[in-house]
Amino acid sequence: MRHVYPFSAIVGQDEMKLALLLTAVDPTIGGVMVFGDRGTGKSTAVRGLAGLLPPMTVVAGCRYGCAVPSDERGCSYCDRGHPGHEKVRSAKAPVPVVDLPLGATEDRVVGALDLERALTTGEKAFEPGLLARAHRGFLYVDEVNLLEDHLVDLLLDAAATGENVVEREGVSIRHPARFVLVGSGNPEEGELRPQLLDRFGLAVDVKTPTDLALRIDVIKRRDAFDRDPDAFVAHWEKAERAVRRRIVKGQERLSTASVPDDVLVRATELCAKLGTDGLRGELTLLRTVRAYAALEGHGEATLDDLRRVAPLCLRHRLRRNVLDEASSTTRVERALDELYAVT
Amino acid sequence: MTATRPAKPSAPARAWNDAELPAALLAIDATGLGGIVLDHASHDAAREWVRLLAACLPPGAPVRRVPGSVTDDRLLGGVDLAATLSSGRLVVEQGVLAASDGGAVVLPMAERASASVIAALVGVLDTHTVRVEREGIAAEHGARLALVCFDESADDEAMSVALVDRLAFRVTGMSGFDASPRTCEVLSQAVHDAREIARHVTDGAAWLAGLCELADAYGIDSMRAPLFAWRAARAHAALHGRTEVTEEDAAAAARLVLLPRAVRMPAPPPEPAAEEPPPEAPPEPPPEPPQDSADDSPPPPPEADTSNDEPETPPDEKEEASDDPRPPADILRDAVESTLPPGVLEQLLARAGAARGVQGRVGEESVSLLRGRPRGSRHGMPRGGARLHLLETLRVAAPWQRVRGRTDRTQRVSLRKDDFRIRRFIERNGTTVIFVVDASGSSALARLSEAKGAIEMLLAESYARRDRVSLIAFRGTTAETLLPPTRALARARRVLAAMPGGGGTPLATAIDASIGAALAAQRAGTSPLVVFLTDGRANIARDGTPGRPRAGEDALSSARVFAQQRLSALFVDTSLRPDASIRAIADAMLARYVPLPAANGDALRGLVRTVQQQAAGSAT
Repeated sequence: MRHVYPFSAIVGQDEMKLALLLTAVDPTIGGVMVFGDRGTGKSTAVRGLAGLLPPMTVVAGCRYGCAVPSDERGCSYCDRGHPGHEKVRSAKAPVPVVDLPLGATEDRVVGALDLERALTTGEKAFEPGLLARAHRGFLYVDEVNLLEDHLVDLLLDAAATGENVVEREGVSIRHPARFVLVGSGNPEEGELRPQLLDRFGLAVDVKTPTDLALRIDVIKRRDAFDRDPDAFVAHWEKAERAVRRRIVKGQERLSTASVPDDVLVRATELCAKLGTDGLRGELTLLRTVRAYAALEGHGEATLDDLRRVAPLCLRHRLRRNVLDEASSTTRVERALDELYAVT
Repeated sequence: MTATRPAKPSAPARAWNDAELPAALLAIDATGLGGIVLDHASHDAAREWVRLLAACLPPGAPVRRVPGSVTDDRLLGGVDLAATLSSGRLVVEQGVLAASDGGAVVLPMAERASASVIAALVGVLDTHTVRVEREGIAAEHGARLALVCFDESADDEAMSVALVDRLAFRVTGMSGFDASPRTCEVLSQAVHDAREIARHVTDGAAWLAGLCELADAYGIDSMRAPLFAWRAARAHAALHGRTEVTEEDAAAAARLVLLPRAVRMPAPPPEPAAEEPPPEAPPEPPPEPPQDSADDSPPPPPEADTSNDEPETPPDEKEEASDDPRPPADILRDAVESTLPPGVLEQLLARAGAARGVQGRVGEESVSLLRGRPRGSRHGMPRGGARLHLLETLRVAAPWQRVRGRTDRTQRVSLRKDDFRIRRFIERNGTTVIFVVDASGSSALARLSEAKGAIEMLLAESYARRDRVSLIAFRGTTAETLLPPTRALARARRVLAAMPGGGGTPLATAIDASIGAALAAQRAGTSPLVVFLTDGRANIARDGTPGRPRAGEDALSSARVFAQQRLSALFVDTSLRPDASIRAIADAMLARYVPLPAANGDALRGLVRTVQQQAAGSAT
């Protein structure tokens, strides 16, 4: 068993961790795009999620990891009433965190004809791809800005519709594929198309910590992990459990958390002020502030909650203004300052 | 640095030079250190170095060379088609990376490696496993290996930054490197002993902090650098039979790992009297390395062979180190810099700066090396360069096997002519828009900011269209490529904002430069579109001498050469009164002439539309 670096042992990078926790509480927020320098623990944080998330209940035998009780439609196994089993049996499975390697081919992503069965029995069977494996979990793409455009299109399409439709080589199948897309990349090496960027729910800028003590801490912890992963993971087990409890509580509270009208009005004002296109900005703000309130244990979202999550939701939705050199984070902060100064 | 040196009797404290050390350290902690870049090593030197590494690795450890033309299925593993066809069931074959578990992989011409190869290697360095997700296979194998890259890049290429960042070492100047059998033997023995000790090396936490601080002082952003340095220091301690990291180990690690990554020079340390640590963000670097520091050791000969020069490390060095009033980072920096001949640091920094300059291009370039967007397969015979799509062919044939009389598994798969499928690709044939901007002191200077505004609008549009843009500015006597073709808008904008103005108008030189850039873009598989923004009043001839008539003639002749290359171009006349002589140059270039006497919003939008139409026309 290969150990993963514990999520809670990551030094600093609070915003990235918050964004990931929020999507764990409410996956409908959409994906997370992480921009940033090299070697800042982007992939470590996402891989750390695997060990952190509470296991999910799935239909035993379903290759697409459908939930029990089933809230899905379109799964070829569950829709046919689980052939061979009259009663739905449930099982526990870890929340999948699937890595998409840059070199992956299209058929691995969407799934393809099962070659082995086709050759041996002449049977036309579908072999699920990465999208199926990522269902109800996370799909992580490092250097998403370097991924070939047609693959990014595929991913975003599936992420937006929540299902994967395969029509190729004589296979016609559809199955649920609801996952949180986590992309990372360095804008210095090529940017993502703006129309793709907009589809990510949250965006985070990560920076190398400048504080020396923090930097030393990063190295020390990493070193301790490398030398004795067992002891390190055991040492952090308690903290990991605490975070896991926080996520579970947040998920439970999500349905009861409410967003009062004044927060909604402020969110709309903010989007209008920043001139974000479409309603995606408002919708994401609404969902994110609710998830934040649930995570923090506030029964009702407050204006302060909104202020906390607004940069996450909006910084990648701004129109590029050629005359404004300020970074998008600064522009969001500026708009926030102006709006909050009024009241 | 030269490496030949008579081997001394094997004492654990034997001094190794800076080319030999990385081999030993990598052999001690391959997974922790990732690998090494051999920077422009000669063929022989590189081969010798790999031989030394192989000698240091445990006996029987694989050392595999990956040719530049390696395919994904050989690198990562894939379907073994011969076996699959003959057995009638899916046979998976192991890739080079998985087969090199516990050893090393050598990648010659690393700067030419394709994006998919880079992605595979980066994944392996991060996870130490090979994950195969292709052609209907999903598998995971261990791959704990050291990666040796030969960087043979010429000026318009560079190794992938993502890859370089994950390799601890970079060795330059290896001419004449030679690993004698005796060196190999002694070093491999030392490494063998060190592997046992490495596990027991305890912390010298002060040096860990020192390495972090020094990395910061050298302006290194990535957190991987201090981590690698610390691991290297630990391995170095083990190599010398120590169980505690000492100043010597930390200094060696700083020299091998941090120095090659330095992008700025640290400020000189504060006077030893001052007990406080140095400021965290040092001000602008001084022009010379601080030679006047408290250490005052004479600069050694230019062989950068430190360990040799200071063999008299007393056994109680660590005690001394803790008594030393100076912060560890300063001690390390002195130790590193005192080993360098004067001037080397500046050279290093200049090179690091240059490397930084091309950073944004790297990913772009590798993307364009792709064979184009795969577009499935089609029915047809693999003839005339068309590549057989074997898996598709099999898929087509598979359902018919029973009908065709294949009854048991031992029989071969029966393929008919109709089953053959060939691969189809869509060539990525994007546009590279090359802006050639007049930054001279003539009327253009007054309107330089307007021109910048126009270019920014064009940049934003190009960005949405996924075009690549490049920027050439001309002023004085030269034309300078400020931005090689890139898709990174953030960088383009920064370069543009910093573009200086003033001087003469060397139009001929500018046209010549644009021809070079356009042809390079063509070679890279994109369609170039050259957009000139100038007032056209050439007053510097091609040889750099001032004089309007000569300059005008030179510009015209360059323009004719431009026309001969059949390059697509747009000539934006930014002078206040459009002029026939400028028109003449544009016509000679066979460029579309667009006068832009006033750069107001409407005019700019019109210009953007024109450029877009032309770009769309040139990318077919």
